[in-house]
This record gives sequence, C-alpha cells and structure tokens, in this order.
Amino acid sequence: MADYTDTVPLYAPPPEGHVSHSRLERVLRAGRFAVTAELNPPDSADPSDVFDAAQPLGEVADAINATDASGANCHMSSIGISALLTRAGYSTVYQISCRDRNRIAIQGDVLGAAAMGVTNVLCLTGDGVGVGDQPGAKPVFDFDSLTLLRTIRTMRDQGMFLSGRKITRPPQMFLGAAENPCIHPVDWRPDRLAKKVEAGAEFIQTNYIYDIPVFERFMARVRDMGLDKRVYILAGVGPLASAKAARWMRSNVPGIHVPDALIERMEKADKPGAEGKKICIELIQQIREIAGVSGVHVMAYRREHQVSEIILESGVLDGRVKRGRKGG
Amino acid sequence: MYRIRLFAVRQSSVFEWIYARVERTMVALDPVFRKIGYNRVEAPVALVERAIKTVLFDCKMCGQCVLSSTGMSCPMNCPKELRNGPCGGVRPGGYCEVKPEMKCVWSLAWDGAARMKGGDKIREVLPPVDRSLKGSSSWLRVSREKAGKLREAREAARTAVAQAFPEARAIEPASAPLADEPEQAVNRDARGA
Repeated sequence: MADYTDTVPLYAPPPEGHVSHSRLERVLRAGRFAVTAELNPPDSADPSDVFDAAQPLGEVADAINATDASGANCHMSSIGISALLTRAGYSTVYQISCRDRNRIAIQGDVLGAAAMGVTNVLCLTGDGVGVGDQPGAKPVFDFDSLTLLRTIRTMRDQGMFLSGRKITRPPQMFLGAAENPCIHPVDWRPDRLAKKVEAGAEFIQTNYIYDIPVFERFMARVRDMGLDKRVYILAGVGPLASAKAARWMRSNVPGIHVPDALIERMEKADKPGAEGKKICIELIQQIREIAGVSGVHVMAYRREHQVSEIILESGVLDGRVKRGRKGG
Repeated sequence: MYRIRLFAVRQSSVFEWIYARVERTMVALDPVFRKIGYNRVEAPVALVERAIKTVLFDCKMCGQCVLSSTGMSCPMNCPKELRNGPCGGVRPGGYCEVKPEMKCVWSLAWDGAARMKGGDKIREVLPPVDRSLKGSSSWLRVSREKAGKLREAREAARTAVAQAFPEARAIEPASAPLADEPEQAVNRDARGA
C-alpha cells in the first residue's frame, strides 16, 4: 500500500553572515565578550526619564534591554523606550512578551520597531498576570516564545507575515530568546534551548544565574549538543540588595533561584549593598571562565548606578571602549 | 480528573499505543465518513471525543490535538497555553508558576515523552494554536487529512493510463508504479540535444 512519510520538512537554515545592523550581533560575531543591561522602565510619559535611566547603562552595555511589563506590572512600553533610545544613538533590545498581545498586534509592532531602527528583539513568554499589579487582566498568550521566534524569522527571512502576505521591506532583526538554566526541569532545559535555536534564536539572555555548579552542568550539556556553536549565550547576573530582598525575590518573582549559601553570605555582611556588588563581580568572573558563554546580561533592578562599576571592575570588557555612539 | 491526567502521563507509552490504533481506525473509516458527510458526523464524534479525552487528559477541545508530541500531557492545561514549553517560571519540585498546586504540564510532558517510542516529536517546534478550530473534533481532522494524503500518495503511484482514464482503474493494474524514463531519453536531455 502506498504510504507517505510523517516527518516534518526542516525549516530553512538561517542565512549566512550578519542578519541585522545590530551592534550586539557585531560584537558577538567578532568573538568579544558582550555586555547587555536591563533598563528599569519609568512610570512616566517623560522621555528624559528614559534617557536618565539609560545613561549609566550605556557606558558599558553593547545593548540596553527595554523590558515589556516584566513581572506583569505596568510601565512605559518596550517599543516606546526602544524607539526613544534608538533615536538617541543607543542600541536596544526590544522585548516582546506573549502575555499581552495577540499575533496581529505583535507582527505589526515588529514592523513598527524595525522601522524606528530597532535591530535586536528578545522573544519571551512572559510572567503570568497574577504576580503583577493587574491580576484581573486577561492573559493573552496567543503565541509562545518559540512560535514568536519562528514568526519573526519568517517575517525577516521569507519576507512575509504568518498569513503569507508579502512584506515589502522585511524587518532586519537579530533574534533573541530567554532561558532559565537553574529552574526546574533542570534536566530538560538544554533540550528546550535546542528547540529555541531550532525556532530561530540567535542569542540567548538567561535569567539570573546565582548557582554556578548548576549552570556549569547546563553548559556542559549545551556544549555536548553543539548548541554553543549555533547560538550566543549571555548569562544573566545582578547584584543582590540584601538577604531580605533576595528571599523576597526568590519567593515572589517567578523563575529566580538563589542558593541558601549566598543568602547566608549576604546576611553576615556588614554592608549588604557592597557585598551584593562583590558577589555579582565574582559571578561574572566565574561565568566568563565557562566555555560556550558569550557574554553577560546585567539585570540590576533599582541598582542601575552600580552596573558600570560592576562591569568595569570585573574586567570583562578587556579595555574595550565605546567610540562614537552612546552605549552602542 | 487531575489524578487521572497524571496517571495518563505516567502511562504515556500505553496511551501512545492505544492512540496509534484509534488513529488507524479513524483513517480506515474515512470512506464511511465521506459517504455520510464529515459535517454530519462532526457533532457526534466530537461529543464522544470530548467525553473520553476530558476524563483522561482534561482535554480542552482545542481541535488540534498534539498529545502524541507532548508526552500525553495536554498543553492546553498550561495556564499560558504554551505549545512549546515549559516557561521559565516553574516552581521548585516542578509545580506551575500560575497554579502552584498543579504540576507543571510541560515538566510532565518532557518526562512522558521520554517514555514514548515517538517521544522525540516533542523536539519539533509546534505551530501556534488556531483558535478557530476550538470545539471541533481533532480525530476527524486527522482522519480526513491523513486519508487525503494517503489517497494522494496512492494516486501519484498509479500508471499513466489509469490517471488518464479514471474509468480504467478497475481493470488496469492501477497500483503499479509509473514506468521509469527510458535511459536514452534521459541522457539525450542531459546533453542538451
């Protein structure tokens, strides 16, 4: 009897060479240790609040991440911040969470962002609405982070919307996704990363890494699977403010794992702020030694003023200085 | 139902075996369904499908079942309805970020898939949910689509004469594969003559 194969045809491999005009992509492809930093979005309509927040990050970061209502809390939108900063000469990472918008809105926003000069995009699932300041909101989740990645890749590389309608000028964007190596199911995280790469991820920004042994095991698997050759991995780091804050974060913010040993160390410290910064620098230096890691992503919520000191003191820039453009 | 769902994931290989039979039966029934009309059988089949799958998997009748690609753990039970999970918010012990009393659907899915023969299908990137299919029977969709593809494959393998004269099918060796091009003709073309 005649039969047909049930296998799915492989999606076209990514194009050769640079896919965007992104500074972050250039730095990563050049084999430099990249630094990205997360901006605390203002609760205001004043553009100068955005510029003030970006200024300390721009000194060291190759790109600044504009969060998209992280933790399901309302702030200025990622696309608004990205547009403002791009025009001021910064390189930004436009974050899209699947929680708040459906496929129609998202595909339109991607074109809008690209038109305003945004060259990096980070595709996220998004935290549930329950943890935020509007728990009564309707969670959308029309896409998940992988279908979002594949959609933007289709827009960029095939030049069309998911509907098949043609895009006359496709968005040239460097595609990113998140991963959370220290969170359950730890054993399956590398496989999930492989799926994200398959969907189109070209760089990864991880959630906070406070547990180096767990992250090392994750990276060992990633290297065994050859994924470090196919995607640039930026490990997430950030200074802890105090033992109390660390405990609160661990139990209230989804997806954060802080080992007890670190919290104890914070508790014993005379100046918790300085100790948090010191721990962060140590973590960056340890992460840098792990094969397959291409950079760090600094998330210093409400401690943005420390970012530039942390990066400079960690020595990861190797004396690399920014020329011409602010923060890239 | 939650306990039965967990049981189904633990027994994912058994349910994989059962589903393969269900699917084969549905595909075999395609001529019957076509005779009666797929739109006429839709409601009763959907009713049966909903009853069985709700008990076993907490089915939400998305109309595009992917249980065999997700370790028999229904992804529509994920509060974020992820089709390629898990998300990054899974709690210690493998509990859901949004519903802390429930095991993460996707954490279970990867474990379930590891026990299945065709478990590697979990590595494929699944498409976004087509919300317009909600409530419709996934079994009938599979039956229609697979039977259609089988027909196409069979059609492609028929002899030229059987394709040219549909009425000749009953008497011609219809299932014989198409004859290969004569070698000389192929070579002549290659030389550009």
